[in-house]
Amino acid sequence: MELIVQVCVSGLLLGGIYALISIGLNLIFGVVRIINFAHGEMVMVAMYLTFWLNYFFGMDPYVSTLIVLPVMFLFGVIIQRIIVQPIQNSSANMKIFATVALSLILQNVALIVCKGNFRTVQVSYGMGTMEWGGIFISIPRLVAFFAALLSISLLYYFLKNTYTGKALRAIVEDHTIARLMGVKVQKLYLLAFGIGCAFSALGGVLLMPFSSVYPTVGIPFTLIAFIVVVLGGLGSMGGTFLAGLFIGVVEAVGGTYVSPALKEAIYFGIFIIAILIRPQGIFGKGKGSEEVGLK
Amino acid sequence: MLSIEKVDSYYGDFQALRDVNLEVNEGKIVALLGPNAAGKTTLLSTISGMVPYRKGNITFQGQHINAMNPEDIVSLGIALVPEGRRLFGTLTVLENLEMGAYSKHARKDLQKNLEKMFDLFPILKERSSQQAGSLSGGEQQMCAIARGLMTEPRLLMIDEMSLGLSPVLVQEMFKMVTEIAKSGVTIFLVEQQVNHALRVADEAYIMEKGTVVLHGPSSEIANDDYVKTVYLGK
Repeated sequence: MELIVQVCVSGLLLGGIYALISIGLNLIFGVVRIINFAHGEMVMVAMYLTFWLNYFFGMDPYVSTLIVLPVMFLFGVIIQRIIVQPIQNSSANMKIFATVALSLILQNVALIVCKGNFRTVQVSYGMGTMEWGGIFISIPRLVAFFAALLSISLLYYFLKNTYTGKALRAIVEDHTIARLMGVKVQKLYLLAFGIGCAFSALGGVLLMPFSSVYPTVGIPFTLIAFIVVVLGGLGSMGGTFLAGLFIGVVEAVGGTYVSPALKEAIYFGIFIIAILIRPQGIFGKGKGSEEVGLK
Repeated sequence: MLSIEKVDSYYGDFQALRDVNLEVNEGKIVALLGPNAAGKTTLLSTISGMVPYRKGNITFQGQHINAMNPEDIVSLGIALVPEGRRLFGTLTVLENLEMGAYSKHARKDLQKNLEKMFDLFPILKERSSQQAGSLSGGEQQMCAIARGLMTEPRLLMIDEMSLGLSPVLVQEMFKMVTEIAKSGVTIFLVEQQVNHALRVADEAYIMEKGTVVLHGPSSEIANDDYVKTVYLGK
């Protein structure tokens, strides 16, 4: 009994990071209407940045968010401006090719620059745990979960209560009409891509104290984020958050009770079933998914 | 105020507008009538910058708006209330109205204009925190018009306002339009409800197969034999 609780708790905590990364993808997906296949690579780049900042300057991973997040925001803005914007009006396939290419390029640049070694950051709290009613909770995972919760809440507040946030939601609904209202959509696309990248970057930084980075570390994150977004529903922050936690728990439970090697097969199985039963997502409407080539 | 000269417009290879000439004078209500697929909506989309056109000239208050973006055209004072309302369904009524005031010039008068809208459409005040998608058809149309007015337009273009509304509501909406026109906003109305439109409009244009076939003061158009037989069924 204790084992299952233990497993669920650690899955839930990891799920917070999945939710964080997926919300970044969801924002880009909903606003810019592009599936960013290089999303996991944003996590990877952020992890390497964190590693280097620690390696060269001894910077604590949590402190390095102050540098990594702005850098990754800017990285996202540049990708949108240089890669996505020129093909904004072309077919969904073209956009998929472009971001898949970006993903391959980033992986291989990472391989050339950083070699294929697994890199880790050594911090005193890396293995730290606290006990609570017989359950052991990893401290960096707990920090990651609450940091994810906090940043998702901040984004939610931003989208609900600021003028720019409301405009982003309006674009998710109907970008043509948003333009008619005077919304400068191109600028907001840049913003959405920047925020989306910063969110996955934050996920990467938070992972660093208890996991390692290597050039292909991002691949599963792209896939997981994709599943989470589809389960949670396009444009639904709450849905994405819950779906992220769900996938985290599924992965932990499946990895423990079935086989660690099969954990991906398990959530892809769930994904396929979900698509068959509720293609619009469990919580969302999935509006606009035909535009990006999903239907 | 708005003048359209020899405009051709295309969707891909399909020519939707051919040699359209049209004039909307300040302070008037101008109606654009015609059957489905005559190019009325395309004309409005072209004016608001959503459909690029290849030939001709569109000027608004003496300024060429040929190559301008929709977001810049709206800040010149041209607003479009699109066909089918197209509200932001998951945003609240209030948020929809706020989106109308997105342009710089409209944003500074946001509060003042909101109050005006709530005076004009009291039901929207009641519904202000409700999702726009949950409103009834008539309420949605009011919300769409109010959203258009929030952009502080000098010219308000309304596409198929009466579509899907009950006859009583249609009458009410037309009354509202004359009200708005009295407040100094020029109105360009695309309608299939020819009867109603001719009653409120000062001038009317009839469009068929992508071009203007007839125009004149509404009273003349209403008495035109062709219009009578084809559009008014008399």
